[in-house]
Amino acid sequence: MTLARKDVAKVAMLARLALSDAELDTMTSELSKIVGFVSLLEELDTSAVAPLAHPLDTQNAFRDDVPRPSLTTAEALQSAPHHDGECFLVPAVLGETGAA
Amino acid sequence: MTKPAATPEPYTTVIGLEVHVQLQTNTKLFCGCSTKFGAPPNTQVCPVCLGLPGSLPVMNRAAFQLAMKAALALECRIAPFTKWDRKNYFYPDLPKGYQISQFDLPFSSDGWLEVVDPKGAFARKVGIIRVHLEEDAGKSMHDEAAGTADTRIDLNRAGTPLCEIVTQPDLRSPQEARAWLNELKLLLVYLGVSDCNMQEGSLRVDANVNLHIPCPDGSVAKTPIVEIKNMNSFRSVERALIYEAARQYDEWQATGAELGTTPKQTRGWDDPAGVTRAQRHKEESSDYRYFPDPDLVPVTVSEAEIAAVRASMGAPPTVLRTTLAERWKISAYDADVLVNQGREIVAYFEEVATRVGEGKVASNWLQQDVLRTLNERGEAIAAFPIRPDALADLIGRVQQGDFDTSRGREIFAEVLASGRSVADVVASLGIAAVGDDELIALCRELITANPKIVADVQGGKEQAAAGLIGQAKKKNPNVNPAKVRQTCIDLIKAM
Ligand SMILES: [Zn+2]
Repeated sequence: MTLARKDVAKVAMLARLALSDAELDTMTSELSKIVGFVSLLEELDTSAVAPLAHPLDTQNAFRDDVPRPSLTTAEALQSAPHHDGECFLVPAVLGETGAA
Repeated sequence: MTKPAATPEPYTTVIGLEVHVQLQTNTKLFCGCSTKFGAPPNTQVCPVCLGLPGSLPVMNRAAFQLAMKAALALECRIAPFTKWDRKNYFYPDLPKGYQISQFDLPFSSDGWLEVVDPKGAFARKVGIIRVHLEEDAGKSMHDEAAGTADTRIDLNRAGTPLCEIVTQPDLRSPQEARAWLNELKLLLVYLGVSDCNMQEGSLRVDANVNLHIPCPDGSVAKTPIVEIKNMNSFRSVERALIYEAARQYDEWQATGAELGTTPKQTRGWDDPAGVTRAQRHKEESSDYRYFPDPDLVPVTVSEAEIAAVRASMGAPPTVLRTTLAERWKISAYDADVLVNQGREIVAYFEEVATRVGEGKVASNWLQQDVLRTLNERGEAIAAFPIRPDALADLIGRVQQGDFDTSRGREIFAEVLASGRSVADVVASLGIAAVGDDELIALCRELITANPKIVADVQGGKEQAAAGLIGQAKKKNPNVNPAKVRQTCIDLIKAM
């Protein structure tokens, strides 16, 4: 199983990674090995096995709808590279909206 | 059946909606931060909703149950097994770099909600593809006027529970879309699932629209589907769809472009300009690289739990319209008006009607006086100073003939202005019930003063007695006009 170079370039773009041509070559060959390793699983007949949604055999972990103290704004912002004391500051994003 | 007037457009507009509603919980979906709207920026955030390393989400039970309520009210099938997935994309208001959402195993699917136009213009049963539970993103603010190059990020909203409701493309006009959204909102507010306040962003709508155009050769041309965003009211949804349908028809006439020849386009609604504008192409859905969130375990739902949620729901608006009309013998139209005003108005109405012992008169006072006053004052029924027992007291006095309806309205206004009881106002305005002796004396006086009317009534024209009512009211504003009329006729006939 080998990956195409353009697939790796696309995944890099989606992950916002700027890869040089040389890095792309390295990544393509290394990722191909990983995908090849995982594709060993395809040798097994899994037609009778239900897909696994979670490795833990636990379900229904809920909490009650009771407020708990939040951080202070100063605490929330303390590790941000840029802030104005109220909000996080990031380079301007215009003409796009989030997906939610 | 009469054939409806032909639509002026030479095409059918096909519309599907994607609605996000914030659920009315105290806390966020995966952490204990408050969801209260309007707090100063970044005061309702914690390591979980900031996406700090090492933090772990735990699902809010109330959010899941509210979402189930919504799904059940929308006649959806609840999945016995459901899980959450990570939807990966980069945006500054999404601190984790992914949104926790549901991909292939949403907790509910395959429902419907019908909207019936009370004037009979349409009745449309709209299929629901799925309802799922996910988290909201934060808010980014860019103030170009301030001249700063930065976008400011407030993460108070990040992690607020959202229900995403996706319909089949079953709507056939912008008017239907607006009416259906009103019905959806009414239902969700009735259930206490969401306050559906569009100004505060607790209900948001995107619309998918294209046209089916019958061609002379018998085929049907389909225009490319466009997704419209940025609509801030149901009215703008309607306007945007009207605009977009006309735009697509023009474009199809100019280019002939059909569905499948171009990728799906996203357009933003510019409300002041009244136009939709092309936005950047959306990433293909596979580009979100969904995968199961390893931090959250799946949820299973039993039939007993579904039954318990169903039992806690109360009657939805559709059922209430029918029961209200039947129980109180009011018209379907009146029941529709009352139900569309919300659960509190219905409760108020039912209490007044119960005390008065009649629905029609209570409905009239509600619609003509209470609702009008609430509108004028911009007030909710909960804050309305005249409580149901007081209104029932007033209506009762009108019914037993203490005074007529127009006098009752004056008392209503005075009770409202002064905050005093009906009995107090009646006494202070000198409105004592006019006794029988007093009424008879007054009528005798009128008869003596109006020989022509007496002659008319004696000649068989009983309606002439109406001429005496105005004079009676001048002499004593508290008299009941119907009683004056009847007493005068009786006296004249006995002469
Ligand atoms: Zn939090």
